[in-house]
Amino acid sequence: MDKKRRDFLKVAGISTLAGLGGTAVVDRLVSGTHPSVANASGGHGEEHAAPKEEHAVQEAPKTGKRYGMVIDVKKFQEDPALGERISRACIQAHNIPEFPEKKDEIKWIWMTGYENAFPEKSTLYKDETTEEHQVPVLCNHCDNPPCVRACPTKATFKNKDGIVIMDFHRCIGCRFCMAACPYGMRSFNWRNPRDFITEVNRDFPSRMRGVVEKCNFCAERIGVGQKPACVEACGDTGAMVFGDLNDPESEVRKLLKENYTIQRRPSLGTHPSVFYIV
Amino acid sequence: MFEKALKGNNYYWMWLAFLGFFVGIAVICYLRQYFYGLGLTGMSRDVSWGLYISQFTFLVGVAAGGVMLVLPYYIHNYKAFGKITILGEFLAISALLMCLMFIMADLGQPLRGLNVLLHPTPNSMLFWDMCVLWGYLLLNALCGWVILTAERKQVAPPKWIYFFVYISIPFAFSIHTVTAMLYCGLPGRHFWLSAIIAPRFLASAFAAGPALIVIMALILKRVANFDAGKQAIDKMVTIIIYAAIANMFFVGLEFFVGYYSNIPGHYHTLQYLFFGLEHHGHVYNNLVPFMWGFLILFVIGFFLICNPQTRRNNDLWLGIGCASIFLSFWLDKGIGFVLGGFVPTPLEEITEYYPTANELFITIGIWAAGFFILTILYKIAIGVEHEVEA
Amino acid sequence: MYDSSKIIPGLIIFVLFVTIPIWYNHGDAGAAPEIKLPQDAKACVRPTAEMRASHMQLLNQWRDEVLRDGDRGTIEVDGKHYKKSLMLTCMECHTSKKQFCDKCHDYASVKPYCWDCHLAPVE
Repeated sequence: MDKKRRDFLKVAGISTLAGLGGTAVVDRLVSGTHPSVANASGGHGEEHAAPKEEHAVQEAPKTGKRYGMVIDVKKFQEDPALGERISRACIQAHNIPEFPEKKDEIKWIWMTGYENAFPEKSTLYKDETTEEHQVPVLCNHCDNPPCVRACPTKATFKNKDGIVIMDFHRCIGCRFCMAACPYGMRSFNWRNPRDFITEVNRDFPSRMRGVVEKCNFCAERIGVGQKPACVEACGDTGAMVFGDLNDPESEVRKLLKENYTIQRRPSLGTHPSVFYIV
Repeated sequence: MFEKALKGNNYYWMWLAFLGFFVGIAVICYLRQYFYGLGLTGMSRDVSWGLYISQFTFLVGVAAGGVMLVLPYYIHNYKAFGKITILGEFLAISALLMCLMFIMADLGQPLRGLNVLLHPTPNSMLFWDMCVLWGYLLLNALCGWVILTAERKQVAPPKWIYFFVYISIPFAFSIHTVTAMLYCGLPGRHFWLSAIIAPRFLASAFAAGPALIVIMALILKRVANFDAGKQAIDKMVTIIIYAAIANMFFVGLEFFVGYYSNIPGHYHTLQYLFFGLEHHGHVYNNLVPFMWGFLILFVIGFFLICNPQTRRNNDLWLGIGCASIFLSFWLDKGIGFVLGGFVPTPLEEITEYYPTANELFITIGIWAAGFFILTILYKIAIGVEHEVEA
Repeated sequence: MYDSSKIIPGLIIFVLFVTIPIWYNHGDAGAAPEIKLPQDAKACVRPTAEMRASHMQLLNQWRDEVLRDGDRGTIEVDGKHYKKSLMLTCMECHTSKKQFCDKCHDYASVKPYCWDCHLAPVE
């Protein structure tokens, strides 16, 4: 009996080691999805200068593009109706349902308080504009998106143009991506959205209940050479400018060079592609 | 061996009917949810996980808790656990089945669940969680069944089964570690973003799981003439005491880090859970009673299982003590941990979560289904035990 | 065998019960549906036989190419370019979901979930 027991102990030791090894593999896999070189986090403005790193989970071949957006908050203060215009444009373009109850709410782009969008930048004595005016928030299309890391089916992924996009056909509705998004930009179809779409756009599908959705940077529009709906709704105010962050000659890069910009929660290392001129 | 579950006295059938009644209600409620969508729950875009995932998280712990019997028995050859190791393995099976039911209840598109296998994604912790949960379930089913069959035939279990028994030990640790990793790897959720989550989960699991086994052993002693043995119970209570202390120590560390550092993100959720969080002139505190319940039940339970009078001389007090610990850690992990993590939202707002009746009945029904399975498994195990003795 | 007088009739009843659909329809599959083809379009993106057999694979392939790979290249048939799109290509010619899609799908008792999200043409 004793001898037998010793054999068991050997096996036990080996299997425990194997178990520990397994955890190490998991850890490697997790850390493998992080950027190998830490970007200048912690700070704010500087980050836009170095979006060249290529990392994060990727399946499609890269075009070398990374679409991004520069939002001029001052323009939204000058024209208070602009915020409503851009969110309406998005709702119409994407058949976003409008539910009577807040609990069911689905939104892609909307206006929120400055302190809600930038909670780390709160001040005790706010200037009047910060207190009164709102800023638009939308999916940041992070270069290192936590939601993509979390998704167990690759239903949300970063496409070849750097856009974080949803494949509604594949989403199982586990909502891990919603917990993972540090910006609260994802919504879930708690019920069938069909009956709550006010103006139907017949060029774009709706969604079914039980899947997650969010801003897709109008991938369907930029794929055919159009601007995102919200950018188009801004007209020539220049409140929102869309373009390729990897192209040094693009308009977005020019704006980033000329203006002091901030990103939402840059300290989390997600490398958002949406920049704000404040 | 299933025929053992088909013979029982009236109480046995009444108990199964009682559980079956709640399962039936849950089936109806689930069908309602299936055809309407998860909008029938209290969840929203701000609190996107509710009771289902919090119960799942807690029950993974209960499943992992069974290893506190398997490990001493098979690694340290602690003979006193010989008789009740099977209780731990069967508890793990039913807890894991509850976990899987809670996951299915929570999916927006349950019919697409197999997408996790069709499009395996190693960078997602949910993928790994699925792997270890299924692995642990199969291991427990295999080991439990083979060893019980051998016992019935009164022969030594085949040698190869020990390989799987030993594998199941690291698996038990991994299921709860990976479940913790679902939470503690998410940027921007400060309450969850803590390296102590995995050890804390394990500690509370190793208290709550054995506590439930002790309760079960005490009940079985009365209703099924099955005596686990004083020594085994006493050793388990010791394990519960140390694991419970470890859990409270880790909770205390979270408090220290949050409040001493005074970084809002680190203490806001604790503030919300234990004292209520003020926001735009309104104090949000709907989870405060649960969290104080957690602390008070812990103190009561801890006293009852530590004090020699109540611990060794009176089964009723011991049972109440273990039940208090179990309930206490259920409030901690099965309510506070998951729901609290969503407050405040990434947009610095507060949305409180209230489960709906439909959601509550589904939750109760899944628990009932778990205990239904557990009852049948224990009936089989004890039937074999009695057969061997006779 | 114990209780064979109960088990054997029981098994027979069970087999009869689960094969009800076969007895009920007694091997008659019913008339194959007639599909209304578009009046003004002559050619499809693929030959009819191929479409009939594997339109679902083609749709899945288009879906993955457009959405996942971002490949929005068009398909050329007889000098005309078609987008890879169910709503914007297929349903442009096959203007009736009821007449075209549903007839066969109902007959074959398949329930694709296309129309849970995609918008069928107004009829």
